[in-house]
Amino acid sequence: MALAMFLFFVGITLVITYWAARRTSGSNAFFAANRQIKGWQNGFAVAGDYMSAASFLGIAGIIAFQGYDGFMYSVGWLVAYLTVLLIVAEPLRNAGKYTMADVLAYRLSPRPVRAMASLSTITVSIFYMIAQMVGAGALVALLLRNSGISYRTAVIGVGVLMIVYVVFGGMLATTWVQIVKAILLMSGTILLSILVLAHFGFSFAAFFEAIGHVTYHDQGAVVVKDFLQPGLRFKPPYGALDLISLGMALIFGTAGLPHILVRFYTVPDAKTARISVVWAMGLIGTFYILTTFLGFGAATIVGRDKIATGGGTNMSAPLLAQSLGGDLFFAFVAAIAFATILAVVAGLTISASTSFAHDFYTNVIHRGTERRPGEEVRVARVTAFVVGAIAISIAILLGPNANVAFLVALAFAVAASANLPVIVLSLFWKRFNTLGSVCGLATGLFASILLIVIGPSIMGVDAAGATATARHLIQSPPIFPLENPGIVSIPLGFIGAIAGTLLSREPEAERKYDELLVRASTGLGAEKATG
Amino acid sequence: MDHKNPDTTVNDLTPSVGAATDVAPLGHAAPKPPHEMTAAEDSQPVDWSGVTRMPEFRAMLRAKLRFIIPATLIFITYYFALPVLVGYAPGLMSRKIIGTVNLAYVFAFSQFFMAWIIAALYLRAASRFDRMEHEVIEKALPARKETE
Repeated sequence: MALAMFLFFVGITLVITYWAARRTSGSNAFFAANRQIKGWQNGFAVAGDYMSAASFLGIAGIIAFQGYDGFMYSVGWLVAYLTVLLIVAEPLRNAGKYTMADVLAYRLSPRPVRAMASLSTITVSIFYMIAQMVGAGALVALLLRNSGISYRTAVIGVGVLMIVYVVFGGMLATTWVQIVKAILLMSGTILLSILVLAHFGFSFAAFFEAIGHVTYHDQGAVVVKDFLQPGLRFKPPYGALDLISLGMALIFGTAGLPHILVRFYTVPDAKTARISVVWAMGLIGTFYILTTFLGFGAATIVGRDKIATGGGTNMSAPLLAQSLGGDLFFAFVAAIAFATILAVVAGLTISASTSFAHDFYTNVIHRGTERRPGEEVRVARVTAFVVGAIAISIAILLGPNANVAFLVALAFAVAASANLPVIVLSLFWKRFNTLGSVCGLATGLFASILLIVIGPSIMGVDAAGATATARHLIQSPPIFPLENPGIVSIPLGFIGAIAGTLLSREPEAERKYDELLVRASTGLGAEKATG
Repeated sequence: MDHKNPDTTVNDLTPSVGAATDVAPLGHAAPKPPHEMTAAEDSQPVDWSGVTRMPEFRAMLRAKLRFIIPATLIFITYYFALPVLVGYAPGLMSRKIIGTVNLAYVFAFSQFFMAWIIAALYLRAASRFDRMEHEVIEKALPARKETE
């Protein structure tokens, strides 16, 4: 049954791709859907682009297992959109064309800046994509285990679909896949929450009473815990600091995520970009509030014991659906999880290939001119294919049990430490220049990677009994104590950008600041909708 | 976009050749669409530095910053108060305030409404910015207005 629903969803998305492919010709169409996406549509697409399987299945699972601390994640994922709304979305739409590097290259020397920005964009996208693909493979294999679909088949299937959406349907197909996914995800979550409340006779008091006494077995002993109590996940001595560091990566990283930023180029103007962020905030906020019901519902109705034997934390939401609505509802929720993954990886694929084709190929290698008509789009299509193939291969090599959660943390850390500082400084600091932007991007990127590598996600000493795949990659005590490097790497990114700027003088960049300021704040000369 | 040489006409800013819309309409009756303008026409339709000196522009910029800076400081303070208090004042945060619900949950829950309220206030303020922006554009582009 779940398989039938999966195939039904795949069918719908292929129809969308076919329809979009017939309307997509030219760069503006391929990269920015002709900038004709409406505000509410883009709001749904941003929500669909953003809420990954890590949100739907991961957060529900963390709340089901670690209670309140999991809900802390939910908060950060929404509040982060205030940074996008207040600081980034409108200036970016006004001053850019297809990528975030467009804004940086405005008044800085374009080639070094674009090369560095492109490297950072592609790094973020590929890390995030691998995390999604490994999750997708494991999940699909688990959800469809009665249909005999293996991890490898699932990874290849997801990878091929995302390549098809992007190569044939470009931004228009990606957008509509994301819109459909957002609608499915919202309706599934609302339905599931109502069923949870119905289970408690629509009494919040009874629901919260049950959360106060969650019973499960830990190493044979019966444990009763108040799941509203903080501290089940983030423990001393570094728990509090890790929590703050995570918050910084979310609040400053979301506004630097390339696959979110490209969405604002698909709307006609800055005003529509603003409206679409507000739509997205409504959807995203509603979803994350409802994770209360998904997560705590799974903890109280299904129980940790049953989830642990039924596939682990990520299965919390699907198992909750099964126990409340039977096999049909399980299949529906499984299909939503599948749709969620596809929409996110498609968004990542198009942002990586846009950045490579537009920033690196056209502007760095060929100094801003297309040698043949349509070349930029052709390069982007080839890149989508290559990026997809790389992600599929790495995901298969890593295998279904690899610990990939740190890749998501890494993507946010790079976005917050490398991308956000240079975007903000380029928009608001007249003195900012090329050396500063290259230094800022490089410091943020490499500091994030280094701190993750020497942190507890990669380094650690495992007990002798640990299975090979769950083991830490480096067997020695971690040098850096936090899982989330943001609290150190974000200041480093800013320091790198400021130090680089102060070490050099670039009168041209300062002279052109007036132009960027006027363009970014009024929309004069902004890219228009076409087609 | 490469803006290094704003005064050369060969350096076309919008090299989106190949698009269906790139075929120029015959004749010169209509003004050029933006993607057909040369760098000189497109990048310098206005005197950028002149605009930054316009009182209307300065007023708009001041109005925007007067909203955005305090709003950003407020939401960042309010948000980071949550992990800081949960991490360093767990006793206070686990105090039950509504039935079995503790302060930690209520505070986390309130963050959603804080975000929505700031977004709504910004949306309202931004319609004022849009009007100010319109005035700036009207004044900065007198020549273009005639052709429209």
